[in-house]
This record gives sequence, structure tokens and C-alpha cells, in this order.
Amino acid sequence: MKSMNRTGTKTSPDEAKAMEKAAANIQPPPGDESKIAEVRESYHARATPVGSVPPPPTVKGMAKTAVSALGGKKATVLLDKMGERMAFERRGVRLYEALVTKLASSGEVDSIGLTEEALRKIQRDELRHMQIVVEAIEEMGADPTAETPCADVAGVEAKGLLQVLTDPRTTVAQGLSAILAAELVDNASWEMLVDLVRDFGNEELANSFDEARRQEEEHLRLVRGWLEALTRQETLGAAAHAPPPA
Amino acid sequence: MALDLTKEKGIPLDQQRFTWPDLVRTPLSKLDDDAFTRVRVILMNGIENESWLFQHQFARCNANLRKELARVRRVEQHQQTLVNWLLPPDQSALETTIAYEQVAVEVTATVAQHEPDPYMRQVYRFGLLEDFDHLYRYSALLDRLEGKDANVILQNYTDIMPGRPTWVEHRHPDDDIRAHYERKKAKPLTKIHALLILAAEQQTRNFYATVGNVYADPIARQLYAEISSIEEQHVTQYESLQDPGEPWMEKWLLHEATEVYCYFSCMHQEGNTRIKQIWEQLLAYELGHLNYVMELFQKVEKRDPFEVLPRTLPQPLDFASHRDYVREVLEKEVDLRAQGTQFVPQEKEPKDGPSATYRNYMNSKGSPSETVAAGYRWMPGTELIARAQALRAQELGVH
Repeated sequence: MKSMNRTGTKTSPDEAKAMEKAAANIQPPPGDESKIAEVRESYHARATPVGSVPPPPTVKGMAKTAVSALGGKKATVLLDKMGERMAFERRGVRLYEALVTKLASSGEVDSIGLTEEALRKIQRDELRHMQIVVEAIEEMGADPTAETPCADVAGVEAKGLLQVLTDPRTTVAQGLSAILAAELVDNASWEMLVDLVRDFGNEELANSFDEARRQEEEHLRLVRGWLEALTRQETLGAAAHAPPPA
Repeated sequence: MALDLTKEKGIPLDQQRFTWPDLVRTPLSKLDDDAFTRVRVILMNGIENESWLFQHQFARCNANLRKELARVRRVEQHQQTLVNWLLPPDQSALETTIAYEQVAVEVTATVAQHEPDPYMRQVYRFGLLEDFDHLYRYSALLDRLEGKDANVILQNYTDIMPGRPTWVEHRHPDDDIRAHYERKKAKPLTKIHALLILAAEQQTRNFYATVGNVYADPIARQLYAEISSIEEQHVTQYESLQDPGEPWMEKWLLHEATEVYCYFSCMHQEGNTRIKQIWEQLLAYELGHLNYVMELFQKVEKRDPFEVLPRTLPQPLDFASHRDYVREVLEKEVDLRAQGTQFVPQEKEPKDGPSATYRNYMNSKGSPSETVAAGYRWMPGTELIARAQALRAQELGVH
């Protein structure tokens, strides 16, 4: 039997019309969707945070954190965001691994530079960025193996991306779309982290993070270019072009 | 602190009620609550599910007690919801899976150490080493799929390393049946242990069988399929420990006593004040159920319920790390295999026997648990840490 999308009402117009008529005649419970907001608000009022940032485990770490907190800035905020970046980059390594597998099954697209080698280079960058943040967290005397609240929440955000990339039924273009979402967030997040580190007065670390940010900018440009090219190929049948040089 | 079952009446069944917000509370914190709070929540969800399921089976076989069973069961249903909804939504299904295996390892370890019957102890040790291996395989999956460290869930209480390899655990169904206790000779604690471990394993089987299909990744789908199959074997193993001659009413009494015992154990050790209050409330409700069923038992069976029940509850379950014990069992018993109701060294397992034949066929097109953990060694912060350190060292060396 030929495969056919059955999700729309046009699949069975008569039945859809009859359903619409029946639904129009019901007497729904009073009110509108603001009732849902009331319940959510009642839970907001008594909710506790998802968790806390662990205190630095060493006396040395405590001292460093306190110094960083000069000017009333909370080092725990910085640690939370660094924990998030570290977890994001670590997951990024796994996301690119899944994309490499997908590409291997579909075939490289040399004409646009979408090759395993290109993806492996990005993957190595993600691994390096992860380690840079691990070292920075350790330098502050904190524990890079702890999952911070922002890292935890970013993990929830990424669930869908992971599903898209590991699903054998999705195309390389669909996988790239998921990676694009990750890279967009990653770019904005590195920018904000660099600014935050500068606010704390750590120029050396800010410069190191800024180097990572620049590399992420390049990842975004490549991924977007590949996705655009593949989509163009599919829609127009036009020749795919490599992303323009930076 | 002993609990005297002859005196404790709890809250009467007809006074037990809930509103929807009562059932849906603020969940525990994945990051800040102690791992054993999560362990208790998962265990009690299993205990409640078993009670619910048992009471349905009972009602299907009994015309006279349907109303009484339905009344108690409605409360069990709501208790199960209240307890299970304490798990937080930021805990992925795979992280919850890690926690399920921690329950299996640590709760089975405490049961194995306090069980009075030596054969039963052996059965628990045998099962323990299999769940211990599942924890290792799922930790590899969590690391390699989600890029997360299983120790965030385990909180350093439980080791992450191979046990009896999962691929070896596949047995012919006949080799999963164990000898049962004799209801007139066995101690009440033996009966309670058999029931609570069965409940824990049964919910694990049900959880894997339900969430295995939410993963897009084929290796995750395969691993859940494989380990769900072992959990089915474990349900077969543990349910066969029960005396099939136990009358239904006796089983009902034991179910209620098990619930009381487990909530009592939870309350005893809970550090989170808010959740401790929940354990206290549900203990009082379960004591109400127990008293209700004791009265029914006297009416139906015309016997004293304390012919079956202990007068005081045994020492509470020990919700703690059993690292040394588990390592010792691992060292001594990892190579045991099941043959009928007995356990034998691996070399005594017939090479062309039913279990070997079954296992060889199941694994003939690859083993998901071997694939997922190929070369996997846990380290703090995931295996990528070692790779990242090597890359940094290499690059710094070059520049």
C-alpha cells in the first residue's frame, strides 16, 4: 500500500465536517484557558527551586569564591552558568557523534563541505570547550562533576534535540536543524558567559572563553550554511553551495 | 523503635480521603534531596502498585469481597499517585532508570543481609548481582546518549561496574523458578521480604516495558528490551518464592503488613521533613488498611491474624549504601548460574542445556548490553573527561 499522510481533515472531509458539527453543539465546562493559569500559579506559589549550586568543597575554593564575589556579585551565579556551559558542551560531543553516524548512513555531501572530517573538527572543539570550563570551575575551587541547576534545566531543554539526532528515521537535514537550535543557544550563551566573566573582573578567563565563543560562531555559520544548502537542493533541485568563507 | 501491630490502629479506612492537589505535591529535588529519598519514593511506588494489582486479581477470583477490596484499592491507587508524582520532571527517564537500579541494588542488599532463611538469602544475592550489572549498562547509555554522569543520581552511594554480565542472565524460563517458602514454617519477615522485592522488580519490569519505546535511539530501545526481559525473569523468580498454598486472605494481610513495614522504614529514616510527613500520613493510612483486613480475616478465615502477622514489626529496612557487602558478593558469586531451583558454578551449567540454548539464540544477532558498554569505564564527570584531558594535553604539547 502506498504511504500516505492521514493527519489532516481533508483525508475524510465528510467525517471531519460531522465531527466539527458535533463538537460545536457541546456545552463545555465554564471559563476559558485562564483556569489552567490559575492552577499553574497556585503551584508556582509553593514551588521550590530545582536545586542549588554546590558550595566549593575546599577552604581554598571558598576563599577564591569570596574574592570573586567582591562588589556584591555572587560567584554561585557564575558557577551555575559555567556548569551549564560545561554540560552543554559535553552533550554537544554526543550530539555531533549522532550526526556523524547519520551522515555516514546517508553519505557525505562533499560539494558543500558536509563531511565526517568537518563534523569531527566541530566535535573536537566542543570537547575542548568542555575541558576549558571544567578547568575554570576547578580553578575556582568548585566541583565540575556536580550538576548545577542551570545545567539540569538545559538538559531538559535538549531532550528533543537528542531525540531528533538519534532517530534513524530523520534525515541529515532534520538532524542539522536540531544542531542549529543547539548552536544558536550555544552562541548566545557563550556571549553572555564572556560578559559575566568580565563583570567578575577575570580578563584572562574572559579571553579564553571568548576564543571558544568565536569558534562557536564558526560552527553556527557552517551548520546554517549546510542546512540552507540541503534545503535548497531539496526544494529547487539546485546545486548545493558550500557555506561562504567567513 | 518497635511498632506494635496489636495496638496501632492508624486512621480508619472511611476517614481516608484526598483532593487532587493532595495527590500532586511539589516533587523532590533531583539535585538537592538525598538519593535515598528518591530510593524510598521509587520503592513505595512499587509497593503500592503491587497492592493495587494484587487486590484486582483477588477481586477477579472472589465474589464476596469485591466491595471491601474496591474500598481499600481506591486508597492504594491514590497513595501510589501521591508517591510516584514526587519524582521530578527534570529527571529524564534514563536518570529515573538509574535510580530504579539503585533501588534494586541497595534494597536487595539490605534484604539479603536481614533475611532469616539461607536459601532466600542466596536467591536475593543472585538477583542483586544482575541488577548491579544493569546499573553499569544503563550508566554507559546515560553517558553515551545524554552526555550525563550517572553518579549525579547515585550520589557516590553505589558502585558503577559490571556484575553478572547481562548477556549471561538470559535463562530458560524453567531456570527462573525457585523453591517456595512453606507458609506454616516461614518467618513473617521472610514473607514480607519476598513480597517487597517482588513489588520492586515488578514495577521495574513495568517501567522499562513502558518507557523503552520513548527513545529514538535504537541502542536505547534495544537495551530496554533486553533488560526488561531480565526483569520479567526476576518477577518470575521472586513470585515463585511465595507459597502457592497461601489463602488469598492471608496474602492480603501480608500485603498490608508489607506496606506498613515499608512506610514505617521510610518514615524512620527520611531526612526531608516535608516528605517525612507524607510517609507518616501513609503509614497511618496503611495501619488503617491492616486493621480493616485483620477484621475481615477474622470474619472470613475464623482465625487470629497474628497466626500470620508478627506482633511487632521487624527492624526497619536499612536505606544506606551497602558497597562493601555488594563487592564481597560480587567477588564470591558472580560466576553462579541458575539450574532449576538451585545455583551452580558456571562450569556446571550444561553447554547445550535449555538456558545456554535460549541465551545463545537471544544473543545470536548481537547483545545490546555488551554493545552499549563496549570499553566503558565510569569516571567522575563522564568518560569524556578522560578524552578531553588527552586532547588538551596533546594540543598543549603541540603548541
